[in-house]
Amino acid sequence: MSADVILFFLFGGLAVLGALSLVLQRHPIHSALSLILVMAALAVLYLLLGAEFIAAIQIIVYAGAIMVLFVFVIMLLNAGEEERTDLSRVTRYLGLPVATALLVETGWLLYRAWPGDVGVVPDRLVGRTGAVGRMLFTEYVLPFELTSVVILIAILGAVVLAKKER
Amino acid sequence: MVPVSYYLVLSAVLFGLGVIGFLLKRNLITIFMCIELMLNAVNLAFVAFAHSWEVLSGHIFVFFVIVIAAAEAAVGLAIIIVIFRNRGSLNVERINFLKW
Amino acid sequence: MLDLVWLLPLVPLLPLAGAGLLGLRGRGWSHGEVNLVGLGSTALSLAAAIASAVLFFQLPLTEIPWKHDYFTWLKAGGFQVQTSLYLDQLSLLMMLVVTGVGFLIHVYSVGYMHHEGGYYRFFAYLNLFMFFMLLLVLAGNYVLLFVGWEGVGLCSYLLIGFYFLRKSASDAGKKAFIVNRIGDFGFTLALLLIFWTFGSLEYTNVFAGASVMPVEPGDWSQAGVLTAISLLLFTGAIGKSAQLPLYVWLPDAMEGPTPVSALIHAATMVAAGVYMVARSNILFAHAPFALATVAVIGCLTAFFAATIALVQNDIKRVLAYSTVSQLGYMFLGLGAGAFAAGIFHLMTHAFFKALLFLGAGSVIHAMNGQQDIRKMGGLWPRIRATAATFWIATLAIAGAPLFSGFFSKDEILWQTFTSPTLRIGKLLWLLGLIAATMTAFYMFRLVFLTFHGEGRYTPETAKHIHESPRTMTRPLMVLALLSVVGGWVGIPAALGESVHLANYLEHFLEPVFAGANQLRPAALPHPHSEELGLMGLTTLLAVAGFAVAYSFYIRNPELANQLAQTFRAFYQVLVNKYYVDEIYYAVVVRPLHWLSDRVFWQAFDVGIVDGAVNGAAARAQEMGAWLRRWQSGNTRSYGTWVALGALAVLTYFIFGSG
Repeated sequence: MSADVILFFLFGGLAVLGALSLVLQRHPIHSALSLILVMAALAVLYLLLGAEFIAAIQIIVYAGAIMVLFVFVIMLLNAGEEERTDLSRVTRYLGLPVATALLVETGWLLYRAWPGDVGVVPDRLVGRTGAVGRMLFTEYVLPFELTSVVILIAILGAVVLAKKER
Repeated sequence: MVPVSYYLVLSAVLFGLGVIGFLLKRNLITIFMCIELMLNAVNLAFVAFAHSWEVLSGHIFVFFVIVIAAAEAAVGLAIIIVIFRNRGSLNVERINFLKW
Repeated sequence: MLDLVWLLPLVPLLPLAGAGLLGLRGRGWSHGEVNLVGLGSTALSLAAAIASAVLFFQLPLTEIPWKHDYFTWLKAGGFQVQTSLYLDQLSLLMMLVVTGVGFLIHVYSVGYMHHEGGYYRFFAYLNLFMFFMLLLVLAGNYVLLFVGWEGVGLCSYLLIGFYFLRKSASDAGKKAFIVNRIGDFGFTLALLLIFWTFGSLEYTNVFAGASVMPVEPGDWSQAGVLTAISLLLFTGAIGKSAQLPLYVWLPDAMEGPTPVSALIHAATMVAAGVYMVARSNILFAHAPFALATVAVIGCLTAFFAATIALVQNDIKRVLAYSTVSQLGYMFLGLGAGAFAAGIFHLMTHAFFKALLFLGAGSVIHAMNGQQDIRKMGGLWPRIRATAATFWIATLAIAGAPLFSGFFSKDEILWQTFTSPTLRIGKLLWLLGLIAATMTAFYMFRLVFLTFHGEGRYTPETAKHIHESPRTMTRPLMVLALLSVVGGWVGIPAALGESVHLANYLEHFLEPVFAGANQLRPAALPHPHSEELGLMGLTTLLAVAGFAVAYSFYIRNPELANQLAQTFRAFYQVLVNKYYVDEIYYAVVVRPLHWLSDRVFWQAFDVGIVDGAVNGAAARAQEMGAWLRRWQSGNTRSYGTWVALGALAVLTYFIFGSG
């Protein structure tokens, strides 16, 4: 039982628990907090896989900014506990079975594609900031610039949409 | 040593839970969060593959996914705010603008 | 140089040009301009006809009948129709009558229609009619004849309904056209049979083919195709020439202006049926049953119409029924095998009937529109020219000796009496004789009530009475002259031998009817005294008719009314024309109307057709309504479907190609 196995199962389990909590909680704020837990657990898993830069980004941007935004909106709209409506017959009868089947099939496919002998060796690939940065500014510079435009548009869009009607 | 496939299965499980949440929940914001969960699951798969094949491009992809997710979250939440203002409810079944 | 090839087509084409010019451009023209075109084209056509006649008489006998194919009109496989003109003695005679009488009536119309609206339109239609009628008589094949046949029907409709703002006039136009159509249906079937039998519709081919076929038996159960063809052709004639049972349109056609009644419904169009049967004499001669049918229907019509004319009170109605009756005589003559006699009567009838109608028009013109003879009387001193010419025409139609009608009518009666082909010839002769007596009676009744006795008109009308202008009286005089001398070309041997005058007309038309005459069994020779005796009998009875009319309407005016009262029911039946129109309406029109309304419209059109169309639309709508339930607007439902689709794809990868 080496450390990475324990860490994997520990944090992997945490992630699954967080996801289950997200789905099963009734109040959206609880779901948001569960999602933050999932993201944190995932950050650790990224580290296990040698993705240092991504792990940092995950915490700073994803958990730190995006989820905070979610929490703000939940507070702003004062969303209460969820209503129990059930207007779609399709979803009522088919929703869970289909999604579950989807889950199982995806898992099965992915598992079968990579037999168990290829393992995770932490030192195999280290995603250092410098290396990632170098790639971003050379090979992927165009998408990089475009994403900055996308963010600009998103800012403008969000401001315009959410403005109060005068 | 943990096989790469375990990471992939974990990714599939998280994704599947995201789908389940997307279909079963009624609060608009919660559904949105399930989408974020799905994105995260995909990110995990990307990183696992990047490790397995020793290519850094996987990390780059994850980077872009996160950026786009941020933009999407911003605009999406703005839209949710507007809908809430007009409809007064966050129950996705009450928001049936697409109904014939 | 003058050649028939280009001269003959001018005869019909000049009026066509006139019609086209007037119809398309004549709207704002003055009367003078319309006259120039309308009368000019007809006058030139008459000149061309006379020139053609001159050329015709210079042709050697081998080139008669003259025929020329101008161009191929229709061609479909083995079926070909040429535009061909055919000139023989018969069509020459018809051409001259049509252009001559037509021209006179055009002149008359200048005066008669002077105050009417639509002056240019009238002459345009009249010219168009001349074109079609001339096409009919000059055609070299049955198809071209049919074109003219239909065309004159069209012009008849247009001219009867000339005062189209009057409902009765437009109704009468429709009635004429529709009743004609019934006959035309038979005619079309005949055309089909002719083509099927002879492979062509050209006169030369058909008549040559028919002449080598055997004569069909007179018993109708064993009749062959020639009898069928002849009977069907005659059906067309029944419609066009107003015989029983399709005569009902002619009295109503009096709604049209009087010149129209004179030209179309007396002199020319109604004679088209007679011409057509005479033209097809070879066919009819091979079908004795058909000929007998022609004679019987003609005779019955003559009798029937004469009875109705006895009691009519509208001056034009009397003349209309008289026309129907006289047409019956023509067919009687044809049916008895005396084709020349029938055509002879056609010619004399054209003269005196046109004169009668034009004279009636003159009277109506003088009486300021009044047409009821019970409100006339004593007009003789006021409108002498009209009255004198009217008298001459009356004498002609009644069969006064030496007038034209005398010769033609007696010829028909004699030929019927001595016909070797008609078994019931003597019976038909008797009916014809009675009808002739009635003719004399009702015509003199008409004259006496209109022109003589006490004036029964209102004082306002009295102020209006005046003689018609010269444009109207001159044609009357020309026609009066023709009504007198027109018969002198057909003096029968019985009378003429002693003074060395032959029957020129019969001799002239002999080549046309040679084929038919050859097939006639030889008649037993009859002594001239027999013919003279019958002639005398007819004349005697005509005088009797005159005398009775005189005593009824001059000596003892009350007598007629008393008789009408005594035989009330009988009188009512006659005055109401045997209720034929009412019977037709109840038996034919109303059931047809019901059928159209209930069955074809409501059951079929609304129910089935609309039902299918609307039903298809409703089904599409239903399907749409059913399909759009999918567009619930419910995101969760949509998401489920997406997940389901993804699952399907994945399942394929696992179990399908994996």
